[in-house]
Amino acid sequence: MYKIARKKEIGNKVHNLEIYAPEIAKNAKAGQFVIFRIDDKGERVPLTVAGTNPQEGLVRIIFQETGKSTTQLASLCEGDSIKDFAGPLGHPTVIKNYGTVVAVAGGVGAAELLPVIKELKKAGNKVITIVGARCKDLLILEEDLKQESDNLLFATNDGTCGIKGFVTDILKEVMSREKVNIVYAIGPVPMMKAVSELTKGKHIETVVSLNPIMLDGTGMCGACRVTVDGKTKFACVDGPEFDAHCVHWDELSSRLNLFKDLEKISLDNFTASRECKCHKK
Amino acid sequence: MSQKVNMPERDPQIRRKDFEQVNTGYSKKEMLAEAKRCLQCKNPMCTKGCPVEINIPGFIKCLVEDDPSQAIKVLKQKTNLPAVCGRVCPQENQCEKSCILAKKGEAIYIGNLERYAADAAEKMEDSIEIEKNDIKVAVVGSGPAGLTCGGDLLKLGYDVTVYESLHDTGGVLRYGIPEFRLPKKVLDIELEKLKKLGMKIVLNTLIGRTKTVQDLFDDGFKAIFVAVGAGLPVFPKIPGENLIHIYCSNEFLVRINLMKASEFPRYDTPVYRGRNIVIVGGGNTAMDSARTAVRLGAKSVKLVYRRSEEEIPARLEERRHAKEEGVEFVTLTNPVKFIGGDNKAVKAVECVKMELGEPDESGRRRPKEIIGSNYTMDTDMVVLALGLHPNPILPSLTKELHIDSHGYIVIDESLMTSVPGIFAGGDIVGGDTVISAMGMGKKAAKAIDNYLRK
Repeated sequence: MYKIARKKEIGNKVHNLEIYAPEIAKNAKAGQFVIFRIDDKGERVPLTVAGTNPQEGLVRIIFQETGKSTTQLASLCEGDSIKDFAGPLGHPTVIKNYGTVVAVAGGVGAAELLPVIKELKKAGNKVITIVGARCKDLLILEEDLKQESDNLLFATNDGTCGIKGFVTDILKEVMSREKVNIVYAIGPVPMMKAVSELTKGKHIETVVSLNPIMLDGTGMCGACRVTVDGKTKFACVDGPEFDAHCVHWDELSSRLNLFKDLEKISLDNFTASRECKCHKK
Repeated sequence: MSQKVNMPERDPQIRRKDFEQVNTGYSKKEMLAEAKRCLQCKNPMCTKGCPVEINIPGFIKCLVEDDPSQAIKVLKQKTNLPAVCGRVCPQENQCEKSCILAKKGEAIYIGNLERYAADAAEKMEDSIEIEKNDIKVAVVGSGPAGLTCGGDLLKLGYDVTVYESLHDTGGVLRYGIPEFRLPKKVLDIELEKLKKLGMKIVLNTLIGRTKTVQDLFDDGFKAIFVAVGAGLPVFPKIPGENLIHIYCSNEFLVRINLMKASEFPRYDTPVYRGRNIVIVGGGNTAMDSARTAVRLGAKSVKLVYRRSEEEIPARLEERRHAKEEGVEFVTLTNPVKFIGGDNKAVKAVECVKMELGEPDESGRRRPKEIIGSNYTMDTDMVVLALGLHPNPILPSLTKELHIDSHGYIVIDESLMTSVPGIFAGGDIVGGDTVISAMGMGKKAAKAIDNYLRK
C-alpha cells in the first residue's frame, strides 16, 4: 500500500498528491511516469511525475478529475493509501544545454512540465514557458513555473489571464522575435499537434510527451502504440517523448477515444454510487 | 489392454458462456483405470521426452497404489508446479509422444494423471526441514521460471526475494493463460506454499527502473536470477494495424485475466466486445484469445492462420476445444491490410490465400501467397497473436549484460550471464513453454547454489 502523505486542491478539480514511495522518489527523473491503481477492482492509470522529494520519500502527482479513477483518487484523503504505485517508467527527458528552449503546456500538462523545465534551467538553458488553459481558474502552479522560467507567458480562451487565444499564438510571436533551439510540449493532443505543425514549418526541433492509453506500462501489451515516422512504437518503453514532427497525430487522437463510451459508464456508475452514500448519511 | 480414459469435459454449449475450467479432472476411479494402463517400462521413453525428465513411471506407480502424496513427492523432484504443468504442458509433443503405447495411439494420459496427483495433494505442505543460511538471492520476475528458481533456492536455505513489475504475481500464468485452462486458485495455492516457505515477494517493482541490478547487489543480494519473460508484441507491419479495435493478444488477455475486464463495470478496466472477431495466429495464445472472445459473447470468431491446420503450433486439445466452442478456422490465409471505417475503427481485413511450398528452416512448409487471391473479411475487432519479443527493459538498462541480435540475454551452460552472479532463464533467454521455463528455473537454482558455495 502507498500512503497519501499530503493532498491539496490547486485548481478547479485539479489535485496535488504526494505519495510515499521512497524508491520511486529516489530514482524518478523529469519526463518519466508512474502507474497507479487504487484498489483491487481498479484500473492501471499512467500519470507523469510532477516532482519528487527524495529526502521524505515522496512522489508528487497532479491530476484533473476527468474519469472514474481520477475522480475516485480525488475523493481520498491525506493518510489514505492506494493499492499500487509503480515506476518510474519510460525514458527520462534528454536534458542538455540546447540554448533557448520554449516549453509549452496545456491544462494539467503544466504540472508535468515543471520538473522538465527545472532540469533544463539547471543545464543552462534559457527557458521560455508558455501555459494555456480555458480560463484563469484552470491555471496551476504559477509561482513554481515562474521560478523555473526566464519568461512565463499565459494564454486563456477567454482572456482572463495573459492573452486571449492559444499557446500557439504566443509561440508564433516568440519564434518571430528570437532564435528558438528546441520546443518541448505537453498537454492535450490538439494542442501538441498545433505546436508541432507550427514548428515543423520553421524546422525547429520539437519534443512532445505523449499520453496514449496504457495497460501494463512495461512494454508488454502494445495498447500504447503510436506511429512515429511510419513505424509502430510503444510509448511506455520507447517514449513517452517523441519527435513531434514524426508523430501520427490523427491516429493518436482516435486511439485515445477507444473506450470513451465505456469510460463514461464507469464514471456515471461511480458518481451515482457516491451520491447514494451521501443520502445515507 | 483396457481403453484410454478421456478427461471429462464440460459441455461446449455451456462452457462457452463462462470462464470456468473446461476439463473437470479425473475421479479416483478414472485415475486408477488410467494409471493401471502404464506398462512401467524399465527404460521409460516418456521420461526422456519430458523437458525436465520427471520420473513418470515412478509417480504413476504411486497413483496405482492410490498414494497421491507420494506421487507429488516424485513429481516435485523435477517440477515445483505440477498442478500447472498437468494442465498446460504440451504433453502430446513431449512425454505422451514418447510413450511406448503412442505408436498404437494409446499413449498414457500423463498430463491428466499429473493433474490428478497435484489436485488430490493440494493441501499437502512442502514439509521439509530447511536449514537457513541467510544468503540473499534476488529473483526478477514472478512467472514460472522465477517462482521455480525461487522455490528451489528457498529449500536450499537461501533468503529469496522475488521482484515483480506488475501488481500481482505469476507472470504469464496470471495475465496470459485464461481461467478456463488454468484456474487462478491453483496458482494462488502454490504461491501460498512458497510464501510459507519464506519467499518474499515485492510487487510494483520494475528492476532497471524502480531499482537497478546494481542497487540489488548494493542491497546485499549475492546472486540474481533474471526471469523477466517476454515483452513487446510482434505486429505484422501491414497497413491499418493501429486502427482502433485491433489489439495484440497480450493486451486482450491482460485485460481479461489480470484486470478482470469481463466483469466491467464492476471492475474498472474496460474491454471492447466485438461481434465478429478475427484472431490472427496459430499458437496457444491465439487459441486462448479465440476462446476468450467466444466467452465475451461474440457472434462469430474466426481464426486466421497462414499455414494449414497440420502446421498449427497450438496443442491439439486447444484446437479441438476451440472448434467445439464455435471458433471457425480459416487456414492458408494471411491478412495483408486492415480497412478502417467510422472513427478509424477496423471494419474489414483484406486477406490473401496461401499455399505451402518447400520446408523452411523450422522444418515446416513455407507458406506462399497465391497472387490475385485477395478477398475481404468483415470484422469489428481483431486480436493479433503473432508472438512476442523478449522484454527489453532490464537488458537495455543493464549495460554489462550481453544480449544477442534477437534481444535475448546470452547465457552459458550454467545459465550464468556475462555478469558474474547474474543468471537468466525462461522467455528472456529464448524459452518457449511453461515447462521449459520451469526447467531452467530449477537448473539455475542449482547453478546459483554452486556459484555461492565457491
